[in-house]
Amino acid sequence: MPLVYSGVCSHGPGITGRADRADPVVREAFYAAFRDMGAEIRALRPDALIVLAAEHFANFFMNNMPSFAIGMADSYDGPIEDEAFLKIPKRRWKGDAALSRRLIERTMETVDVAYAEEWQFDHGIAVPLHFLRPDESCALIPANINCQGPPLAPLHRAWAFGEALRRAADALPQRIALVATGGISHWPATPDSGKIAEAWDREFMRRWAANDRAALLSYSDAEIYRDAGQGGFEIRTFIAAAAAAKGARGHVAFMAPIPIFAVTCTVASMPLG
Amino acid sequence: MSLYGVQKLIWQLNRDPRQRARFGTERDAVLDEYELSVEERAALSKPDIGLLYVMGVNGQLLMHYAALHNIEWLDYLQRMRDGLTAHGPVRAGVYAATGYEGIAAHDARLAAERQGGGRAAGL
Ligand SMILES: [Fe+2]
Repeated sequence: MPLVYSGVCSHGPGITGRADRADPVVREAFYAAFRDMGAEIRALRPDALIVLAAEHFANFFMNNMPSFAIGMADSYDGPIEDEAFLKIPKRRWKGDAALSRRLIERTMETVDVAYAEEWQFDHGIAVPLHFLRPDESCALIPANINCQGPPLAPLHRAWAFGEALRRAADALPQRIALVATGGISHWPATPDSGKIAEAWDREFMRRWAANDRAALLSYSDAEIYRDAGQGGFEIRTFIAAAAAAKGARGHVAFMAPIPIFAVTCTVASMPLG
Repeated sequence: MSLYGVQKLIWQLNRDPRQRARFGTERDAVLDEYELSVEERAALSKPDIGLLYVMGVNGQLLMHYAALHNIEWLDYLQRMRDGLTAHGPVRAGVYAATGYEGIAAHDARLAAERQGGGRAAGL
């Protein structure tokens, strides 16, 4: 049946790992919006939740880097990061290899996606799940766009991947939700960690909420790198979520810079028919 | 240039607990398994976080290498700044520094903006 949800959220490891150092007023408002998103998704009773992330060398490396990947396992472990670093305990998450396989086969009609029968969640998935708390009955399907090790697939291919995921989900009988995770502008894990291009972020989210395909795809990677940092490459996941929403307009539930979390912390969704 | 080897070693340490354990007990044997220059090997052994950053190690790998050595977050950021001072700009990769006021000053500016009628959605 048609995709039941398409949303986006931040995933920086500082969101949990450095929580105690953030301005509590902004932090709690952000956490509340994040948890509300989880409640919204649970209320839709999805059979599966696709978490489309921009992972950071937990599974994929420059020895064999897929532009696009989808997990195909009955369970996933994570987070890979030390609990002392991320402040999220390690656990096993439920997957559904058979459902993943059907989703992958349909996605492959238009996008050459890699599949992975093992997948360790990193903060890109574990931080969102920490707040979203999907029901234990809901299977997780991790998906990934390479946003870390250039060369990166162009933005219009990220859009095509989002469209392909939507077509695949719509063609299956299960109720499937999608959450894409990433940062907007940021310079993570560098001496400039905490730097945020606020105006750039607002303009990007304006384009995202308008689901303006041409405007979303008009950035070059050189411009993103210059204006939004190497972390800005992660807008690919937000772009795929917009494509998966098939033209629906977005609602930004929360958006505020939190420097110790290294990004404009964002929670937004596109209500689907 | 063997930046690839440096990054591959860190990647494997990050994701494989057995390799991490070996790195603690037989560090030289682990280092021997990768093609590394003398400078790279020394930077990894020390570890010299600032020099590894300047060499171009991706921050998404390097921050975990720092955490593995119990280097706290703000200390990790400072070591990279010190690396820039000692060794000059980042030589390769996408993780160059571009200049930033710092988290404390940034937080203070945002708090002042909020008091003057902030524009953060959801607040
Ligand atoms: Fe990220």
